[in-house]
Amino acid sequence: MTARQRRLAWVAAILSGVGLSALVAFKAFDQNLLYFVDPSQVVAGKAPQGKSFRIGGMVTKGSVVRLPGSLEVRFVITDFAHSVPIRYTGLLPDLFREGQGIIAHGRLQNGEFMADEVLAKHDEKYMPPEVAQSLKTAPQPSASLSTQPAQGQP
Amino acid sequence: MANFTWFYRLASPPTSYAAAGRLWLWFAVPAVLLIAVGLYGGLVSAPADYQQGDAFRIIYVHAPSAWLSLLGYSVLGVSAGIGLIWRMKLAHALAAAVAPIGASFTFLCLVTGSLWGRPMWGAYWAWDARLTSELILLFMYLGYLALRSSFDDVSRADRASAVLALVGLVNVPIIHFSVNWWNSLHQGSTVLRVGGPAMPASMLVPLLESFLGFTLLFAALSCVRLRAEILMRERRPTWLQDGLTVSASHE
Repeated sequence: MTARQRRLAWVAAILSGVGLSALVAFKAFDQNLLYFVDPSQVVAGKAPQGKSFRIGGMVTKGSVVRLPGSLEVRFVITDFAHSVPIRYTGLLPDLFREGQGIIAHGRLQNGEFMADEVLAKHDEKYMPPEVAQSLKTAPQPSASLSTQPAQGQP
Repeated sequence: MANFTWFYRLASPPTSYAAAGRLWLWFAVPAVLLIAVGLYGGLVSAPADYQQGDAFRIIYVHAPSAWLSLLGYSVLGVSAGIGLIWRMKLAHALAAAVAPIGASFTFLCLVTGSLWGRPMWGAYWAWDARLTSELILLFMYLGYLALRSSFDDVSRADRASAVLALVGLVNVPIIHFSVNWWNSLHQGSTVLRVGGPAMPASMLVPLLESFLGFTLLFAALSCVRLRAEILMRERRPTWLQDGLTVSASHE
């Protein structure tokens, strides 16, 4: 083994060692790396009890109710299998609308999710308004919640 | 053993100094033109997005910066590896030359993304997998630069920082695939996507021009910085003084 081959082996060892440890670490932390849980996991009782977490889902069409004279909003989010009602007081992001994927941070209280932060999730699709308008005539899957296109589509 | 003569010739400082000096303008001129055309197309000509309105136009700077933050680190990591294995000073010089450029694009990517995130998501920052791994990338760049500057001896700085650069290389695929591997707030890739780009040509063409233009700018800046790095390292050898006096007498 020449000196150069030995250095090559060292570099290969560093790369595979770090790669392997990253893999093991990610396996171990898999649940914590998920930015949000979906309504089905909440209904199944898999959401953290008694502490705050993030929930992600699509805002159900026609579910948004604004209380007059305040910033309080109530709406329902769904992953097309289960849904969870959400209550939030504050300013909503520009992209918040019915049929949009959102992520809310807060805690569960008597089956209702009390959010202290609502973030709108954007998908990877871009189009001019006219195209979006003409697409509306045909049934289209709106803003997909996750990057897996099949997930959550009815 | 294969013939690596060209490789070793490239590794000689006089050759690479001259090559970078000839190349950089070939990168810089089309870079400026393409960035101008791409940004005009993206910021002025392209239609607004159906959901984001005009705010989507930040993609014409944000996405190329993100790409160059990853390309920069790949160049950094691979040349650091080559420098370690072949004891090639030029590879270390290239790594040292691209690091600040890559760090700048990483910073630009994080800032533009943050400015877009506030109105669109509702938050400047979120600890999701994509954003966090990109922040770690910035720290890897800064750590590399800090480690380099803590050595007085260039060759010791080269070897120590190269190991750190190799360690950080694992982060590059993690950043790219983070949006596929985990539920993240950040959306998936628009251009490199199963089923083709999720963007009409009127938006996509300026984006691709911008990508190419910024990449050429990165190449031009790398050439200029590599020359400066070689000058700094080769203060003593006579070829440089000869070359400088010759070119000075010509002008």
